[in-house]
Amino acid sequence: MSSQITPEALIYAFSALGAAVSIGFAALGIGIGQGLAASRAVEGVGRQPEAKGDLLQVMLVGQAVTETTGIFAFIVSIVLLFANPFA
Amino acid sequence: MHIGPQIVIKFDNGIFITNTVCFGIIVAVILIVLALWATRRMKKVPDGKQVIAEIVVEGVYNMVKATMGPKGINYAPYIGTLFFFVLFSNMLGLFGQRPVTADVNTTFALAAITFVLIQRQALKSYGLIGKMKEMAQPYPFMFPLKIIEQLSFPISLSFRLFGNILGGVIVIEMLLEGLATASEALHLPIPLLDAVIPLPANFFFDIFEPVLQAFIFTMLTMVFITMEIATRDEEH
Repeated sequence: MSSQITPEALIYAFSALGAAVSIGFAALGIGIGQGLAASRAVEGVGRQPEAKGDLLQVMLVGQAVTETTGIFAFIVSIVLLFANPFA
Repeated sequence: MHIGPQIVIKFDNGIFITNTVCFGIIVAVILIVLALWATRRMKKVPDGKQVIAEIVVEGVYNMVKATMGPKGINYAPYIGTLFFFVLFSNMLGLFGQRPVTADVNTTFALAAITFVLIQRQALKSYGLIGKMKEMAQPYPFMFPLKIIEQLSFPISLSFRLFGNILGGVIVIEMLLEGLATASEALHLPIPLLDAVIPLPANFFFDIFEPVLQAFIFTMLTMVFITMEIATRDEEH
C-alpha cells in the first residue's frame, strides 16, 4: 500500500473522534436526567394545575443545573476541534 | 472558523483590547443611561416611565427577600445589577454582535466577584476560626473535600454561562453560513435565504436562553450567599 498515515493526520483523526464521543455520551446522560425532572414536573401539574407557574420555574432551574456537566463536555469538544493543544 | 473574540485595538508592547471589552463598556453605559432617564424628575406619586422603574426595583427586592430572607436585603442592589448586566450582555446577539459573555474572561470575572462575596459573608458570620471549624464538620478528613467544593463552585458557574452562550453563537453562525451558501447555489445576488428562516433559532438562542441563563446565574449566587448567613439560634 503506497499511502501512509502521517502523525499529524493521526492526531487530527483522533481529535475529531474524541470530540464526537465526548459530547455523544454527555448527551445520553443529560437526556435521561432532564427527562426524569420533566416527567415529575408534568405529574405535579397534573395533580395540581394551579401550581403550574411555580413548578415550571423550579423545573427550568433544575434542568439548567443538570445541563452543567454536558456543557463541560461541550467545552472539551470545542477545545479539541478549534484550539487543539496537540496539533 | 474563528471562534474567539476579535482584537480591536493593539498597543505597541503587546497589550490588546478585544471587542468584548468594548461591548461590555457599551452595555454598562446603556444601563446607566436607562437608569438615569427613568428616574429624572421623580415624583412622590409615580407616573410615566417611573412606574416601570418602580416595578423593576420592587420585583428585584421581592425576589431577594423571598430567597435570602430579611438578612440578605443589603445584597439586593448587587443582585439586580448582576441580573441586568448578564441579561443585556447575553442578548447582544439580537443586534448581530457577539455577546459579551461569550468570552470566558467576562463570566469568570463575575463568578470571582460572587466567590469573594460568599467568603466575605462566611467570615462575617463565623469568623476565621469558626469557618475552619465549620469546614471540619462532621469529620476532619472532609476538610480538603470541602475546600474543593468551595473552589469548584465559581468555576462551574462561569463555565455554565460561557458554554451555553458560546453554543448559541456557534449554532447561529453555522446556520447563517449554511443559508448563505445555499443562496449562492441558487444564484441569488444577496443571501435572501438568511432573511426569515433563522428566526426560530434567533428566538431560542437570543431571547429564551439569555433570560434563563441570567436567572440561573443570579439564583445560584443568591442561594450560595444565603447558605453562609448564620441563623441566630446557633450557640454564640
